Amino acid sequence: MADLSCTTAGIKSPNPFWLASAPPTNTGYQVANAFEAGWGGAVWKTLTDGQPIVNTWSRYGALDYNGVKMMGFNNIELITDRPLDVNLREIYEVKKRFPNNAIIVSLMVEATREAWHDIVKKSQDAGADGLELNFGCPHGMSERGMGSAVGQVPEYTRQITEWVQEVASVPVLVKLTPNVADVRYPARAALEGGADGVSLINTINSIIGLDLDTLAPRPTVAGWSSHGGYCGPAVKPIALNMVSQIATDPQTAHLPISGIGGVSNWKDAVEFIALGASSVQVCTAVMHYGFRIIEDLCDGVSNFLDERGMTLDELRGASVERIHEWKELDLNYVINARIDQDKCIGCGLCYTACEDGAHQAIFSERRADGRTYVEVKPDACVGCNLCSLVCPVDGCIEMVEIPNDFERCSWEDVTSGNGTLAPRPVHD
Amino acid sequence: MADEAGLRISPFADYKPLMDRGAALVEANRCLNCYDAPCTRACPTSIDVPSFIKKIAHDNLRGSARVILEANILGASCARVCPTEELCEGACVLHDLHEEPIQIGRLQRYATDPVVLGQKPLFQSAPPNGRRVACIGAGPASLGCAAELAQLGYEVVAFEKASEPGGLNTYGIADYKMDYATALAEIAWVKELGVNVQCNTEVGKDIPLASLFEDFDAVFMGVGLDGVSAIGIPGEDLEGSQDALDFIAELKTRPKEEVSLKGLSVAVIGGGNTAIDAVTQASRLGAERVYLVYRRTRERMGAYAHEQELARRDGGIFVLEAAPAEILGEYGRVIGLKCQKTRSDAQGGLEPVPGSDFVLEVDRVFRATGQAKHRAFFEQLEGLEVDDRGRVIADEDGRTSVERLWTGGDCVSGGQEVVNAVAEGKRAAQSIHQTLEGAR
Repeated sequence: MADLSCTTAGIKSPNPFWLASAPPTNTGYQVANAFEAGWGGAVWKTLTDGQPIVNTWSRYGALDYNGVKMMGFNNIELITDRPLDVNLREIYEVKKRFPNNAIIVSLMVEATREAWHDIVKKSQDAGADGLELNFGCPHGMSERGMGSAVGQVPEYTRQITEWVQEVASVPVLVKLTPNVADVRYPARAALEGGADGVSLINTINSIIGLDLDTLAPRPTVAGWSSHGGYCGPAVKPIALNMVSQIATDPQTAHLPISGIGGVSNWKDAVEFIALGASSVQVCTAVMHYGFRIIEDLCDGVSNFLDERGMTLDELRGASVERIHEWKELDLNYVINARIDQDKCIGCGLCYTACEDGAHQAIFSERRADGRTYVEVKPDACVGCNLCSLVCPVDGCIEMVEIPNDFERCSWEDVTSGNGTLAPRPVHD
Repeated sequence: MADEAGLRISPFADYKPLMDRGAALVEANRCLNCYDAPCTRACPTSIDVPSFIKKIAHDNLRGSARVILEANILGASCARVCPTEELCEGACVLHDLHEEPIQIGRLQRYATDPVVLGQKPLFQSAPPNGRRVACIGAGPASLGCAAELAQLGYEVVAFEKASEPGGLNTYGIADYKMDYATALAEIAWVKELGVNVQCNTEVGKDIPLASLFEDFDAVFMGVGLDGVSAIGIPGEDLEGSQDALDFIAELKTRPKEEVSLKGLSVAVIGGGNTAIDAVTQASRLGAERVYLVYRRTRERMGAYAHEQELARRDGGIFVLEAAPAEILGEYGRVIGLKCQKTRSDAQGGLEPVPGSDFVLEVDRVFRATGQAKHRAFFEQLEGLEVDDRGRVIADEDGRTSVERLWTGGDCVSGGQEVVNAVAEGKRAAQSIHQTLEGAR
């Protein structure tokens, strides 16, 4: 069993799995149960102090895809609607009971120095191991000048982070919104404001869909709806990209990251960590299957590390140096699809996909025995991967490297006159 | 049909029950959506299976039903009675992955039931073209032909000697696959397309055969097969000895308690799918022992392997390589079936084994030894060519040697599936249309 304990911006936890600030961390009861089940940390559902929080009754909507429930998920639920003193007391009690688990308190108050100072002190007094500034929520609270309304303006992000750091005695993470043109700007602003780390991504602006019987948008509140925050497995690629952007940006490269966005299993966690995250935060998968998923999250990462003889620290950021600009990629790296005829079941999906959706590089024929026979036309294959992606049989279509005598050559090399391109298929 | 709770416990519960939406979506999404799909190629009516399944996955049930029913007007029946294990599902590429094939039959039922049993109109008939076609019989072949022609604007009248239409689909298929009420509901839906069915009207008896050729532009003959002939052994006239098809029809049209076989023992003679149906039905009606008596080995049985399995699961006892010799009786009622063991030689010939007689103590004997042909009826059609086994000779469009007479279904094939009959009826309709409208 690999050692999974980790430190994120100075916040220690027995494993890198934290519950994200969301409905699963609404109460001390839930957080205690989660720690009991094995979660390393929990980011308490966002506290505030000021205007009361009142929620709609209908709050969540799901994107189902091809029979899979909750591929994507959105919500219009606001931050905690429980009294501040109740939350603080529960934080204190849970922390006392689970001293080794990380409790990070998510915060969102009106944009005044006093309000921020006050809630930061109260949270620290309750025993918070860290603070997470919620500059991310795209719905509801943003209309009141909080959440993503702050995160979308780098100056606000820096300013409030500075205010917080004036009184903070524990590490401060800034939670970033993906609803910006370039996530590196708010990340830099957080760093400039003194943030100890960043958490990302928060949810994405979304309309999850309509009820086709009534044409009402979902989640439907008395026939109306509002844009909500989108998350779940479907957002992971967007989150991975944003995490990698911060990890590869020279200005923020060493800023600790708590990765968030569609983490549903241990493999997702490995990806976030390899792209630079120190910890990962999970919400939708827990809302779908409960706290018990932590067992396989830890077990899977542990087995992965053990099989490679690798430590969690060695995994962290291991893939960052492989993320490059397109113009730096090697244009002379040639691959072709290879169909293993012994494994082929004759579904013809590769043929249809290549014929209609790619480069007409697969030949198909109905054989005498009634089976559909497919074969790759090597002269036409551009190695795009599509056939191997649609093939339903494990290992039936593989992308095989075709060695050539040409040196590596990128677009940069081509345009600077420093490289020679290998010949490639010509399409009339 | 019993209420839902009753269905689950009834011995006549559906063999392939209706899926709910959740189950249908999971199953529909398992479908790979093959190119040049082998399931479609295996379907006698060439239903575009990937297309209708994709539509189910996307909640387009009406579109899905249209794909099925455009290809096969009795798609709701075929969803239940087709030997899908041998046809579409048997061809599914998932077999190569050692996975269960897609449950195409059940998905087809999921898509078609709401339309067909809900009596929802789906197709529009063309305006009347002034031409009339008569169908002899109102079984699957005639219905396939009539539905196609009605949609093309023909006035179609199907003359049926039984009191209800549908032929074997209504009367001759085991109840847990196809029940009486469902068969009739489907035909009620087909009739909405403009198909006129006159029941209790036997052509050649209640209405002269010649009048059809006088009053109609074309005639389609879908008369199927006759009853099961006598085997030719002593005792066949005893009370309790019956044609297996009559037994199945009785069970389907009368309250089940009236045909109960509780406490009785039954022997079914034959090795085809009707024999299997009789075995399973007898067993589900409470029979204590049900024997299937067949002259040859299991490998030679006409019944599909999955059907044999069904019969075995229902407790059927297979008595193989045994020929019936005599039905024994007492006071005019069956008390046993005397059999003799047989031996097959290398050429497939059969000979009795001397001194191997044995008696099965049974109260009922059902013969399912193959249906006879309507030879006498065919003789009324001057110039009609029939092969040496009594089957009507027709080209692939169903055209016979008699002018303006088309045919299809079991009277041509000698006995195939409902889906084959529908396909042949439909092809004949297209040929009739080409011939009549082409001549215009």
